[in-house]
Amino acid sequence: MIPGSFEYHRPGSLGEAVGLVARLGDESRVMAGGHSLVPMMKLRLAAPEHVIDLQDVSELKGISIDGGTVTIGAMVTQREIAECAALTAACSLLRETALQIADPQVRYCGTVGGNLANGDAGNDMPAAMQALDAAYVLAGSNGTRRVSSRTFYHGPYATARADDEILTAIEFPVPPRRHGAAYCKQKRKIGDYATAAAAVVLSLSGETCESAAVSLTNVGDTTLFAEEAGSILAGSRLDAGTIARAADAAKAITRPDVDPRGPPDYRRHIAGVMVRRAVEASRDQAIAVTGA
Amino acid sequence: MAKSTVSLTVNGRALEALVEPRTLLIHFLREELDLTGPHIGCDTSQCGACTVDLDGMSVKSCTVLVVQAEGADILTIEGMANADGTPSVLQEAFREHHGLQCGYCTPGMITRAYRFLKENPDPTEEEIRFGIAGNLCRCTGYQNIVKAVRAAADELNSAKEAA
Repeated sequence: MIPGSFEYHRPGSLGEAVGLVARLGDESRVMAGGHSLVPMMKLRLAAPEHVIDLQDVSELKGISIDGGTVTIGAMVTQREIAECAALTAACSLLRETALQIADPQVRYCGTVGGNLANGDAGNDMPAAMQALDAAYVLAGSNGTRRVSSRTFYHGPYATARADDEILTAIEFPVPPRRHGAAYCKQKRKIGDYATAAAAVVLSLSGETCESAAVSLTNVGDTTLFAEEAGSILAGSRLDAGTIARAADAAKAITRPDVDPRGPPDYRRHIAGVMVRRAVEASRDQAIAVTGA
Repeated sequence: MAKSTVSLTVNGRALEALVEPRTLLIHFLREELDLTGPHIGCDTSQCGACTVDLDGMSVKSCTVLVVQAEGADILTIEGMANADGTPSVLQEAFREHHGLQCGYCTPGMITRAYRFLKENPDPTEEEIRFGIAGNLCRCTGYQNIVKAVRAAADELNSAKEAA
């Protein structure tokens, strides 16, 4: 399979990239690691006339933790996420999520920004970012703005990003020390999208859950922020009954498609199981921190 | 569409070529450079038969445009042997431990294992399996592939100690 013809651009700065996107408009696509775009172009499901390769834009690279805020450049690869010890020390959730994406070869190329901006409900990073309450930084010809990860996703491949904007970075607050987080994903094999998956971040005060956030992958048109599930957990002691109620609340917002991963009822059931496991793993992790 | 000039190094040889931007790295290697070791298996970035080493990363060359690889240093299975033409430690380990049956996945397996052992020179069996999870063997010969990678690690580590 061979992609259709296109003109290739390789801007050397963010300003140049934003200028190209503004000038070339919706006949262009930006390329990060290319591991979603190139397959789509090979299948001719995408046929951009211009491809704007962002690999030389240094403003989009690097991970920093500063003043309680984590900032991750959009061109940081899944492998770099998994290998960044400082990031994992602040919050292990992104390493845990990155290592469940695709396979080693794909993780060398695939970027966090591509995974987030693509708007595919099967992508894993959006749920982790929603659980962390991350903001996405978008740069366009009219300047820079921030959009919450929880309101970014509007429909399949439809997001709050305007055609003339580029996702440049992701920002989120370093979770409190006594937090726990987990990404539980059921998949048929390595490299597969989730049958259902859940990301959870919660914090403890004594034995009480102080705050909790739950988000779901691949069980609806978009990544689903399960607000009610988080509210049920917050203030509780994370007992089995409360966790079951939160899992039910999460299941209630799912609308899984029929696909080879199983019928909707099955995938909804698995979403509940993933929420329960992720909450339990997060709780145990937070307890372990408290005891240390 | 305008063609682009790319400069890259393949198996130690610097070269320049004029390519259509849509040319995939696997097609460039196989059809322009006659390097037919990297195979086209699934053509959908799942099977890993097209794996090559690119600037210290294992990549699926069916999912990389050659223009993306501008300036890169690429190693394929053809560049894997020792300088005198004898098989490398990894290649020898695959032969010795029957790490191949039909051989179709072998160039990708060995190229991936080469980078994996550079990053993790003393892996457990589980780490080997996770490290080569992007390479499929339709003969399902994984037991011996894992043994071969582990044996190559032992051999490389004892050579390092002796040095």
